[in-house]
Amino acid sequence: MTIASQTTRPRTDARTTVTGVPAREDRGAGRSRRTGGRRIGSHVFLVILAIYFVIPIWWLFVAATKSTAGLFSSPAFWFEDPINLFSNIAGLFTHQGGIYWRWLLNSFLYAFAAGIGATILSILAGYGFAKYRFRGRGVVFGVILGSIMVPLTALVIPTFMLLSQYGLINTPWAVILPSLLSPFGVYLMRVYTQDAVPDEMLEAARIDGAGEWRTFFQVALPLLKPAIVTVLLLSVVGTWNNFFLPLAVLTDPQLLPVTVGLNRWTALSNAGAGGEQVWNLITSGAFISVVPLILSFLFLQRYWQGGLAIGSVK
Amino acid sequence: MTTTISAERATSASPAAAGPRRRGPSLERRRQRVGWLFVTPFLVIFALFLVFPLVYAFGMSLFTSTLATGTQFTGIANYVKAFTDPLFLEGLLRVAAYALVMIPIQLIVALAAALVLDTLATKLSQLSRLLIFAPYAIPVVIGALMWSFLYSPRFGPAGTLFDVVGLSTPEFLAADTIFGSLVNIVTWQWSGYYMVVIYAALRSIDPSVYEAARIDGANGWQTALRIKVPMISSSMVMVITFALIGTLQFFTEPTVLRNIAQGAIDAAYTPNMYAYALAFSYSQFNYASTIAFSLGVLVFAGSYLFLFLTRKQSGLK
Repeated sequence: MTIASQTTRPRTDARTTVTGVPAREDRGAGRSRRTGGRRIGSHVFLVILAIYFVIPIWWLFVAATKSTAGLFSSPAFWFEDPINLFSNIAGLFTHQGGIYWRWLLNSFLYAFAAGIGATILSILAGYGFAKYRFRGRGVVFGVILGSIMVPLTALVIPTFMLLSQYGLINTPWAVILPSLLSPFGVYLMRVYTQDAVPDEMLEAARIDGAGEWRTFFQVALPLLKPAIVTVLLLSVVGTWNNFFLPLAVLTDPQLLPVTVGLNRWTALSNAGAGGEQVWNLITSGAFISVVPLILSFLFLQRYWQGGLAIGSVK
Repeated sequence: MTTTISAERATSASPAAAGPRRRGPSLERRRQRVGWLFVTPFLVIFALFLVFPLVYAFGMSLFTSTLATGTQFTGIANYVKAFTDPLFLEGLLRVAAYALVMIPIQLIVALAAALVLDTLATKLSQLSRLLIFAPYAIPVVIGALMWSFLYSPRFGPAGTLFDVVGLSTPEFLAADTIFGSLVNIVTWQWSGYYMVVIYAALRSIDPSVYEAARIDGANGWQTALRIKVPMISSSMVMVITFALIGTLQFFTEPTVLRNIAQGAIDAAYTPNMYAYALAFSYSQFNYASTIAFSLGVLVFAGSYLFLFLTRKQSGLK
């Protein structure tokens, strides 16, 4: 892609079109001026889609500010008169000794430990596969590619049995270690490294006397930044989202991630027995747990939008 | 995939053979070693948490453990049992039905949104893109919890909505409507992600192609369906493959919804839920391994078959 845009650049005015994107927007504007009617239709279509996708999130935001009684009695998509968000948050600090915050902390711990670990392994392996020609490389990489299609949930039960033999059940390691596995991350890093790190550059560094590790850290790593952010984001979100694995390997309430914990509260509230109806805490707890992810996606927009393209162009 | 790999192997083999004998071998051997060093950490995790569990599950599936007789080697007996077990077969058929209904819906929503977004470059369209993607930032469990509230007749948001249009509120959590309710949750959660992947692929098409199409007299629809869609078919294949792998191992959404729709979703609703129940409710670890391993093989075979059938479109010759 880089090469293509470089070769087309001399043909057009270099000052206006550095990449293809501004040129396309001009063209899009020109075309839509002619077909104004379809433009309105397109916008209506998009707005309807956006409403469908965002209304449940709006509901969660509103519900987070309600008392349990308010959840049942007030209009679903608007606020209850006294806003109870802060009393709900206070409730989260007291219910079962504030275990909710422990769960949230666990989620962060698992997601970042596994995400960072998986990313480091993917960078090393992707770089190794892309830039070194060692015997067996094709076969090994082929096996890894094929393993993208192995459903990870099929591994949960045997993983549980293996971990229990080594006494790792009910420890953070039971969630973190299996989550280090990211064949798709290795694939993305290899594809990206092949394009982004020219062989000539590595050769030049070696001729200048840099060792293999120094070449990797000082020449290759800086060039891989966009792919690193993408793989990190995907693996952090993957671990944060994982439900089956922690559900199987953790039973100690103190160790649960927030998703499994909240599901447990819902199950208890639905069962109705023992006065455990904490609907207001479930909604505000769910909302609070969602905020960090939404914010990080907003702030890292540039990276994930570009990063997802790495996977799709190839 | 295979061609690139074998081609690389061919080119990588030749310089080693033809290279200068004097310094070639030692440098070559050193490089080989460094290459292995880079990939080894991942391969260790790969062996421990993918290869080993698979082998272990297969091993477990060949044995049967009962209180009366202890653990006995029973060969393929567990597989015979699984593939004649109505609960497992129903679960398989159910996820196949989900795949047939859910994947086309998600793909149509994602493709339509991406195509429309690709022709617009306004602030409103940028905002819509973010909002359509937003559900992906919500953990699947939380998404399913939210929808279980929205579906619930006790909390009533659906009731309010249907009252406005003067219709009676449908039961979202009954046995015959739960299928559609789950399809809706998954569509809501994943379409935005697929949309972004397809959109990224559309943005990478060289604009001069459209210029040529316009000169040839193609209108917007023709450009979209005859030029854009074929040109991004490899990312469509990728999206479908991921959706297929995901749908066949359906677990989280039905498990969460089961809290609130006990009657409509049983413990063996999907093969994964069945394996979970066998292992953790009934302690039948051997049979649970059989179900998990069979599901793994079937999903692998299904996605491989799909990639094989679409190898022309995907460019993965």
